[in-house]
Amino acid sequence: MHALRSLMAGIFAAGLLAAPVMASEEAPHPPAQKWSFASVFGTYDLASAQRGFQVYSEVCANCHSMRLLHYRDLAGIGFSPEQIKAIASNVTVPMGIDDQGAPKEGKGTPASKFRSPFPNDNAARSANGGALPPDLSLIVNAREGEYDYIFALLTGYAEAPAKFTMQDGMNYNKYFPGHQIAMPKPLSDGQVTFADGTSNSVEQMSRDLVTFLTWAANPEMVERKQMGVRIVLFLILMTGLTYAVKRKIWADVH
Amino acid sequence: MAGLHKSEFANPVINWIDTRLPVFTMLQKEYGVFPTPKNFNYFWNFGALAMVNLMIMIATGIFLAMNYQPNSELAFDSVQHIMRDVNYGWLIRYVHQNGASMFFIVTYIHIFRGLYYGSYKSPRELLWMMGVVILLLMMATAFMGYVLPWGQMSYWGATVITNLFSAFPVVGPKIVTLLWGGFSVDNPTLNRFFALHYLLPFVLIGVVFLHIAALHVVGSNNPLGIDVKTPQDTLPFHPYYTIKDSVGMCVYLIVFAILVFFAPNFLGDPNNFIPANPLQTPADIVPEWYFLPYYAILRSVPNKLLGVCLMFASILVLFVLPWLDTSRVRSARFRPIYRQLIWVWVAAFIGLGVCGAHKPEGVWVILSRVCTLYYFLHFLVILPLLGKLERPLALPESISQPVTGGRGGGPLPSGATTKPMEKA
Repeated sequence: MHALRSLMAGIFAAGLLAAPVMASEEAPHPPAQKWSFASVFGTYDLASAQRGFQVYSEVCANCHSMRLLHYRDLAGIGFSPEQIKAIASNVTVPMGIDDQGAPKEGKGTPASKFRSPFPNDNAARSANGGALPPDLSLIVNAREGEYDYIFALLTGYAEAPAKFTMQDGMNYNKYFPGHQIAMPKPLSDGQVTFADGTSNSVEQMSRDLVTFLTWAANPEMVERKQMGVRIVLFLILMTGLTYAVKRKIWADVH
Repeated sequence: MAGLHKSEFANPVINWIDTRLPVFTMLQKEYGVFPTPKNFNYFWNFGALAMVNLMIMIATGIFLAMNYQPNSELAFDSVQHIMRDVNYGWLIRYVHQNGASMFFIVTYIHIFRGLYYGSYKSPRELLWMMGVVILLLMMATAFMGYVLPWGQMSYWGATVITNLFSAFPVVGPKIVTLLWGGFSVDNPTLNRFFALHYLLPFVLIGVVFLHIAALHVVGSNNPLGIDVKTPQDTLPFHPYYTIKDSVGMCVYLIVFAILVFFAPNFLGDPNNFIPANPLQTPADIVPEWYFLPYYAILRSVPNKLLGVCLMFASILVLFVLPWLDTSRVRSARFRPIYRQLIWVWVAAFIGLGVCGAHKPEGVWVILSRVCTLYYFLHFLVILPLLGKLERPLALPESISQPVTGGRGGGPLPSGATTKPMEKA
């Protein structure tokens, strides 16, 4: 019987070992990066997230929407109300319809949703050679490998290997499943100028952008982890107390 | 005043109510002095934990329903509205989402407890069968709940699972149309799933009530699997088991809190962060982790109808388990062979779960077939034969005998009668 049990355990272990091997045949695993927010006590590096917002606004926002965010949400990465007002008022957003029934536009307010680059998916597709640039509000959570994958994707553009045949209008990326991505290499060195003098290499811009996008997908994360630490500590204390009471009550049994 | 209940409570208000509606007497009888075997180990926490979990799910679910929109155009965004704009909406939603996983963890351990200690045997057959009904209702509720956020995996999971019914001849397609409320998974499907997802938990409460009512008629099983003989074998439920359940509940809440606060999406699928798109099928359609073993059984057979039948049979076989197991000894502790084989069954079940998470190719097909085979062999062949062939160990005289000194070495702390291995 023991032999049978170890056999089952062996099969089980073999299965677990085989899993990553099979996955790696499709696309290389994105290398793990150091992130300010990844650990149990991690918080968002606000300066980095603000630079990431700048990268999004100046580069990504030309094609990608973030329709789940409002400008007021930017308070979450440390922008002051005045800054948010200024950011929003620089943007023209749809404002419903006017008295004649025509669509109206106006200056954004903190309550406005992030401006979408295209009025609808069809417009987005036709402007992008048939490919739909995905909404970025939840992109970090919506991909296997999360922030590491997005970072790997942004920095993973390369020349296609000689024997690799590319379809028209596609771009080679080491980490994209199938390696052919419709999005051209979005960032190049020096593309964005940061006011705080931070290096504007592709790697730094990608890092900042991913920090911003991770915040955008999980704006509650810092509050959640802080609450979690307090609740788990409380529960450990509670468990100890309850167990002590249990021992006392049960002391006279047996 | 003949016919009035004579209340023993000193508090005049409680006495007045209790005389007219003896709820306090009932509580005192069923949860106060209720005689409970004194030798429970911590496995006996899991029924109470499941009850607590159900309450948490209903409480969080009601608040979610206040902000959720069961409309295919609005559902996805309304969930994100809850996550971003509703006060502590993220907390309520993550508790509800991970609460489903916790519910299955707790329930699976509870069922394992029943299997290991033979809690399904006479006179607890009906109690066990109602438990299987609870499991089925839970599964239906969880499945429909997973559809509500209307992400890619919600949509395609719903499509795949509802399509299973089409395998049945003649009535199959009609059932599918009825489930969908149309000719594909769409807004009517979402509407009725929301309605049923709100309804079924209350049906669940009803069946849980019957489950507990039946338990309080036949009494609890215990790790020795022998009947209570004398009052020395039992303890009043309160305070002994209220406090012991509280210890388990604290540990359960720690696990729950770690999931909710530090890894809320660990058990989820990234695809469900993409709004449902009927025109784009995800690369892999995988159900939630707690359905993976059944999914693996389904896919282990090349024939769709047979696969669907086997999948349903894997749960339905539990209904007749009390009659398949011919051994009259309840606890695995006194069944040397069963005690080993139950772990092989657990390995097969977990193995099926692992298979279900992988594409049915290569080694996974073979492994899932082996595991499926053992899953059914265990119930349909091994258990009926084993009861006749196996020679059980001698049963103790009574529950109090082994606890008070049968094992020697003075009084044992509670729970010490369980071997560490059984805590897995």
